[in-house]
Amino acid sequence: MKLGRIFKTLLMVDFVTGLAIAIKEVFKEKKTINYPFEKGKISPRFRGEHALRRYPNGEERCIACKLCEAVCPAQAITIESKERSDGSRKTTRYDIDMLKCIYCGLCEESCPVDAIVQGPNFEFATETREELYYNKEKLLENGDRWESVLAANIKADNPYR
Amino acid sequence: MQSYLNILLFEVYRVLFLLVPVLVSVAMIVWLDRRVWAFVQKRRGPNVVGPFGLLQSLADALKYIFKEIIIPASSNKVIFILAPIVTMTLALIAWAVIPFSESFVLSNINVGILYIFAVSSLGVYGIIMGGWASNSKYPFLGAIRSAAQMVSYEVSIGVIIINVLLCVGSLNLTDIVLAQEKIWFVIPLFPMFVIFFISALAETNRPPFDLPEAEAELVSGYQTEYSGMMYAMFWLGEYANILLMCALGSILFLGGWLSPLNMYPFDIIPSPLWLILKILLLFILFALVKAIVPRYRYDQLMKLGWKIFLPFSLVWVVLTAGYLLYFDLLPTV
Repeated sequence: MKLGRIFKTLLMVDFVTGLAIAIKEVFKEKKTINYPFEKGKISPRFRGEHALRRYPNGEERCIACKLCEAVCPAQAITIESKERSDGSRKTTRYDIDMLKCIYCGLCEESCPVDAIVQGPNFEFATETREELYYNKEKLLENGDRWESVLAANIKADNPYR
Repeated sequence: MQSYLNILLFEVYRVLFLLVPVLVSVAMIVWLDRRVWAFVQKRRGPNVVGPFGLLQSLADALKYIFKEIIIPASSNKVIFILAPIVTMTLALIAWAVIPFSESFVLSNINVGILYIFAVSSLGVYGIIMGGWASNSKYPFLGAIRSAAQMVSYEVSIGVIIINVLLCVGSLNLTDIVLAQEKIWFVIPLFPMFVIFFISALAETNRPPFDLPEAEAELVSGYQTEYSGMMYAMFWLGEYANILLMCALGSILFLGGWLSPLNMYPFDIIPSPLWLILKILLLFILFALVKAIVPRYRYDQLMKLGWKIFLPFSLVWVVLTAGYLLYFDLLPTV
């Protein structure tokens, strides 16, 4: 037993085996992707950049119930509301501090009208902090830009909610 | 006066003719190193800058040039600045005696191997100066480890070289290569080649002997306090040293610029290309080893150097000398 081990050490059997395995691995399929050029698959539940959605007729979904503001564990959401001339309650201010946000998805879960959602976009890095203090216009614009994807994602995830 | 200037310019031209390719290949070799490492781990490695990412090192160098050089307030400034310069200079001047073919060598001195050995021994000074002048605990520990490691493994490299010299009977690198025309020394001296390779890994602080810059323990060893171009110079020196060790390995054991078979398809390839191919082969082996081995513990490293390699190569010197003497094969000087 001991002799066999000395023999193995002298001939560096383990090392040569390891080298052979390493050379074999070189020719195998790569496990990583060319990130900026090709992107990985993202689940419909992915919690990325926030967006405020509208109804198909252009009306904002948000009814200023402030459930998201209340549930937000990082207290990143600030809402102010006012009654509009037609008697409906709408937000006058809807700010999300994306730097405070922990992307837990509780705002999306608490929303009774699917207004605030977290979309599939995660590439929204900026050069200044100020650009990450999102206001209502920015969130609504996000909603308009991603609406087709957001709607498809909500539909895909619906059976599991 | 005019003729002196001409001679000087000619020498400068010759030096640049060697140094520029060496520096460019150092940059390429860093890319190759990262690429091989990535491929073994089934990653892609740097592949964005230039074709196949070949210009990655150039981009890195540009970044280093434009970065601020930070000199710690409590450091010994003169030595701190001198250390990377010493490392890089010593790594580059050793290339002067490497023969790329029978006629193509910058200075064909009689004691070429001794010169290389002396210069690579001095290399430890750059590291110790850097570690000491940083005046900070991690660089200091890294430098101490590095000094101990390089000194230990230099001893066994020296003894291994004696084996080769016994078979050649000359200290001239060109003669060493020419002595291998019949058979490359890697075949009769195979165990010595293996020990030389492992000692070269230790000598150049490559994994599994990268204790001086063990990230997990020492941040990055003697380079911790360095930034910008000074860090890049350490890095260039390190890789130039690795290339030098590969070149030395191919000259001592793999027949330098000689082609493996002296017949038709092999002898149309120019001889410098053979040396480059052999250096590349050894370097890829270096890179593969980096990818597959875990780091040695410090006491294991010392044990391997002093208790296994040194006695083993000493015994082998006696064996080689005895064999050559008994069969009357000693080279005539």
